Amino acid sequence: MALLTLMAVVTVGVVRLRSLFAVVILGGIYSFLMASVMIVLDAVDVAMTEASVGAGISTVLMLGVLHMTKTQEADPVHTPVLPLLVACAIAAALIFGTWDLPPFGVADQPVHQRVADRYLAQSIAETGVPNVVTSVLASYRGFDTLGETTVIFTAGIGVLLLLKGRHKSKDSDSNSRRDEA
Amino acid sequence: MRKDLILRIAAKLILPFILLFGLYVQFHGDYGPGGGFQAGVIAAAMIILYSIIFGIRSAQSVISNRFAEFMVPLGVLIYTSVGIITMFGGGNFLSYSALEHDPVKGQHLGIMLVELGVFITVAGTMIAIFYTFVGRGR
Repeated sequence: MALLTLMAVVTVGVVRLRSLFAVVILGGIYSFLMASVMIVLDAVDVAMTEASVGAGISTVLMLGVLHMTKTQEADPVHTPVLPLLVACAIAAALIFGTWDLPPFGVADQPVHQRVADRYLAQSIAETGVPNVVTSVLASYRGFDTLGETTVIFTAGIGVLLLLKGRHKSKDSDSNSRRDEA
Repeated sequence: MRKDLILRIAAKLILPFILLFGLYVQFHGDYGPGGGFQAGVIAAAMIILYSIIFGIRSAQSVISNRFAEFMVPLGVLIYTSVGIITMFGGGNFLSYSALEHDPVKGQHLGIMLVELGVFITVAGTMIAIFYTFVGRGR
């Protein structure tokens, strides 16, 4: 609960602050708190991913972006009424959606009624891997993980293309300018 | 930043342990928390820290920009080829039991290779994106 309160405070800070540097750092703190929540929920693998990707690499990359842009957020041009209404409507829809979720920690959740028990019972005998998360991730759901890897591949190629393409055209600009001179 | 003695020495002390921890997370993923995704990010973080402290040039002499970009498709290639090899071994796509005679050993090998593919793609992507950002900033 304390963690969730801290996350709410950080979110308010992100919304209120105009200095983008502080916002990026607060984003890192938010990810770190999220990782702590995951540890409280005993999801160590997810917590590790959140801490390294969310709090580590994305903060560094965002700082890299800040290096190229301004560090102050521009003043808003529109009144915040419409975005506020949209946000409130989406929040209401999400909260409405949570009413249909089964209560937290109940044994007969849909997740536990199909394959999860089989994984827990059989995975060591079938794969010889003591960490069930790894055996599900890499073996039972290997195709999903291939998809995830492909997503990273595609995203990486996309970002590289966007950044490099611009850079090269800038280079050729300066070259042509040099030629004119 | 380059003249900052304390940062340089501290980074020098920490760097090998970051890489070691990354490899630990990679290969101990069968027994404890971790796996290719986390380990790839940790290894990339080591390279990024190195290039922040010691400059992009010395980092690129460790892992060149071309190599980082080469790693991005290489991991996916390893992952997919494991799947195709299992098909030649008589199993379905990505059913690692067909890799060796003992299905459990085959699973072990398959999971290790697949996690290696994930590691290579994730680390390569992170490093390549970072290099490109830094290259643009100048």
